[in-house]
Amino acid sequence: MSVTKLLAISLGAILTNNFIFSQFLGICPFLGVSKKSDTAIGMGLAVTFVMGLASAFCYGVNIILVKLGLDYMQTVAFILVVASLVQFIEMFLKKSMPTLYTALGVYLPLITTNCAVLGVVLLNVQNDYNFIESVVYGITGGLGFLLAIYLFSTVRERLEFADYPKAFEGFPIALITAGLIALAFMGFSGLQVWPM
Amino acid sequence: MNFNKQLKDGLIYQNPVLVQVLGMCSTMAITTSVSNGLGMGLSVLVILTLSNIFISLLRKIIPNEVRIACYIVVIAGFVTIVDLCLQAFVPAIANSLGVFIPLIVVNCIILGRAEAFASKNSVAASAVDGICQGIGYTVVLLILSAFRELLGAGTLLGVQIMPSSYVPAGMLTLPVGGFLCLGTLIAIMQWALARSEKKNAEKKETEGK
Repeated sequence: MSVTKLLAISLGAILTNNFIFSQFLGICPFLGVSKKSDTAIGMGLAVTFVMGLASAFCYGVNIILVKLGLDYMQTVAFILVVASLVQFIEMFLKKSMPTLYTALGVYLPLITTNCAVLGVVLLNVQNDYNFIESVVYGITGGLGFLLAIYLFSTVRERLEFADYPKAFEGFPIALITAGLIALAFMGFSGLQVWPM
Repeated sequence: MNFNKQLKDGLIYQNPVLVQVLGMCSTMAITTSVSNGLGMGLSVLVILTLSNIFISLLRKIIPNEVRIACYIVVIAGFVTIVDLCLQAFVPAIANSLGVFIPLIVVNCIILGRAEAFASKNSVAASAVDGICQGIGYTVVLLILSAFRELLGAGTLLGVQIMPSSYVPAGMLTLPVGGFLCLGTLIAIMQWALARSEKKNAEKKETEGK
């Protein structure tokens, strides 16, 4: 395994194949938790953390499943791993970092149903990534999510003062805005790391 | 039980995508062609109905504290069944839907209906609710995917529809097009709902006089 490959994976996960803007994973929290930039950052960090951990754990779980010839149970096993991981993190934060816990509030359990988390785990298996590649893909995918949700929340804060047709209130204008940001992200699509 | 009302709710007033704004990821990601939209819509319809029936059956057994985990396991089981069936019978569609089939597990529509409806209502009502909401979801997927495939590639279900001189607006099949089309569709829906509400209010007013 080379450093170049890891770089290529990170670059893809953050910019060219951003989870939100080109793979459509994790749209629900992206639209739901992006009204203020500070909660957006909190959510982004939490998702990054869970994605990294889930990638690591599910890599192990997948090895066991394949050994037992149970790979068709992947979806069920992975979602259970993610759910228990989120539950565990919730308990841990409640005990040791209560301020962060209250700041994240209801969004923490919602990470379970964030398709970006389950998506990254499934993509790891699909792409045959090894352990380090999986973890790197998980973390950088989360960072890409963080970047997207932060950019989007700053635009959305300004939208409150914007003047648009009444029918577009709420989700439609948010989706259009996201579409325009996605258009900007398409500018990265030619980027790649050349093998040295 | 009022089938008509539930169907109307699923299609219009409580449409899972356009009004409840659930299940965005799959809606935008796979509506690039009609065959994908149809495959996804029907899969969700089947899974939603089955999981609604099952969760409604189990609603008195599942303890309240761990209900979400139980729901997810039930849903994941059905998703795996549908995933395997698709791979066996329509491998082309299974391939192009890719990772989004297993991701139906975390589709908020299914968990949302389980939590909001199936856990509180009888088996028959839950089954009807699953079918109606599934139809609402499928219809939206079909509208979106027909629009995007027709203008973005000039085809419908892979058959060339537009004249050969038509230059496809490729942007529509890209992620950008997904965001823009869905945003506009929800806006149209909000406009129509607001209008009909206003009409109803006016009608009541004149009747009141």
